[in-house]
Amino acid sequence: MSAAAQTSAVAARNLARSFGGTVAVNRVSFEVARGEIFGLVGPDGAGKSTIMRMLAGVLRPDTGEIRLAGVDVVADPERARPCLSYMPQRFGLYEDMTVAENIFFYATLFGIPASVRRARGRELLDAAGLQPFERRLAGQLSGGMKQKLGLVCALIHTPQVLLLDEPTTGVDPVSRRDFWGILYGLREHGVTILLSTAYMDEAERCSRLALLHAGEIQYCDTPARLKQMMTGALLAVITQDSRRAHAALEGAPGVLGRLLMGDRVNVRVDDAERRVPELRARLAACGIGEVSIARIDPGIEDVFVALLGSERTP
Amino acid sequence: MTDDTAVLAEGLTRSFGGFTAVDRLDLRIAKGEVVGFIGPNGAGKSTTLRMLCGLLTPTSGRAVVAGFDVGRQPEAVREHIGYMSQRFSLYGDLTVRENLHFFGGLYRVPRSEFAARIQAAVAMAGLEGREEALVRTLAGGWKQRLALGCAILHRPPVLFLDEPTSGVEPEARRHFWDLIHNLAGGGVTILVSTHYMDEAEYCNRIALIDAGRMVAIGSPGELRARELAGKLYEFDCTAPGAALIALQQAPGVIDAVIFGDRLHVMIAPRGSAAEVSALLERQGLRTGLPRLIAPSLEDVFVQLVSRPRAAPIAT
Repeated sequence: MSAAAQTSAVAARNLARSFGGTVAVNRVSFEVARGEIFGLVGPDGAGKSTIMRMLAGVLRPDTGEIRLAGVDVVADPERARPCLSYMPQRFGLYEDMTVAENIFFYATLFGIPASVRRARGRELLDAAGLQPFERRLAGQLSGGMKQKLGLVCALIHTPQVLLLDEPTTGVDPVSRRDFWGILYGLREHGVTILLSTAYMDEAERCSRLALLHAGEIQYCDTPARLKQMMTGALLAVITQDSRRAHAALEGAPGVLGRLLMGDRVNVRVDDAERRVPELRARLAACGIGEVSIARIDPGIEDVFVALLGSERTP
Repeated sequence: MTDDTAVLAEGLTRSFGGFTAVDRLDLRIAKGEVVGFIGPNGAGKSTTLRMLCGLLTPTSGRAVVAGFDVGRQPEAVREHIGYMSQRFSLYGDLTVRENLHFFGGLYRVPRSEFAARIQAAVAMAGLEGREEALVRTLAGGWKQRLALGCAILHRPPVLFLDEPTSGVEPEARRHFWDLIHNLAGGGVTILVSTHYMDEAEYCNRIALIDAGRMVAIGSPGELRARELAGKLYEFDCTAPGAALIALQQAPGVIDAVIFGDRLHVMIAPRGSAAEVSALLERQGLRTGLPRLIAPSLEDVFVQLVSRPRAAPIAT
């Protein structure tokens, strides 16, 4: 591995893993610097969880190398364990134990001395806003609170690297924002975070992203630079009748994509300056008046669709 | 109830013991509308939808779905609705055709129309020529469109979707929403329950439910324009964590949140982005030029839903 890979918080090179005849992960390489929030982004079945499990040392890759906080994970998963924390999709909370008991249990599991345990647990509970629920059974928490409790348990031994597999699935927007607030707080303290998500809007919150498709990293960069890779411009076309406007723009020159939204049509064009007047004229010719067309920032989903194109075979 | 009303709720209420899960909810949805239901976990969303599906009797108030009263004619309601979720249970070990046959029987599709409807569902899913494939061998997008096909085999006038597109490929997700808008164009009324604001963007109107009450309802654009007390600015910032702390008590700042390497700051009309910049500079925090950005539905959601504040974390 290169010198850079030696100093990265996480470095993966040429990872591959198959299950039976199915290739789940193929030739995946990336490096994550200390204090970065790195997102593995892709739909279900893209290989996100398989990569996470290999990084956590719970699944052996068929080929490839992983270094985590300087430790060779493939050769010596036990030695990597104190440096990392892995929160799988279904984190093992004990539903018939209280919030405080779950934290105590994980603290014991990770060998946290009794003298530190109480203070550390309290600090994390405060940070997660779970203090008022200390005595509630974990099984009686909402989805968002369960995820926060999982995070508290995963942080009890102060890991340098945090691996989170789809941590916000099923979590409402308020809890999700709180959860991200906690992650940004950890980043300030130099914790390196790798997380996977199927949600493109969530991906924008990461420092850097790897866009995964069919087990391979297709693109890897910051959200801002990925957006710059998308050609053309995105326009929001607002009219009295979005459905008619959507139909009227079919086959219009320079239109690379159309999407009927709840109260507008999102249109991707090759050249905004040239096409906006043309689109106006076309809508007017169809009897659609009161048209507002504004340039909007593309989201990561727009980038994903533009870069990775259409669906493959069923 | 006028002819173009598909769903009507008046004072709809449901209590469990002493707990009021849904509290005097009023709602009118027109035929062919796509309406999203959003709200925090435990807000009463599922209880509302279960009542509208005829699965739970209201404690008081009433609701009429597809012309039937959910309290008095729950069976008729259930026959006139369709339901699909991301966790929709297609049978993986059955073929595409066998799944359609199974659901067609379950929904009592008339014999005379059976073949035509199955063919239409196969065409909608883009599965022509794959009728004999096992469902578990299909990729996510096709499976999802097949699930939709199964859910509408009995041509329900009202369709309920529960996080229908979470976890599928972006392109497949867009294709799915095109199908939904086509159905709506044909007069089907669609109710979507979701935690994902990018799904909510596909809805004509969004109903935000919190603590059993309807907090806001409107189109995505209306909610953004009406429900936010200030304007949203994006600041590039070298130390977003420190900036966040500096802005906690700042005058004119409604809310500040870290977003990647940047800071999103909601500024009240009495404040200004220039003042916020100056305040951060005085603290030795360098920022680039503030940029006015379009707020997301998440910004609206977070403003309207109250929550306890969390303290910053230390390691």
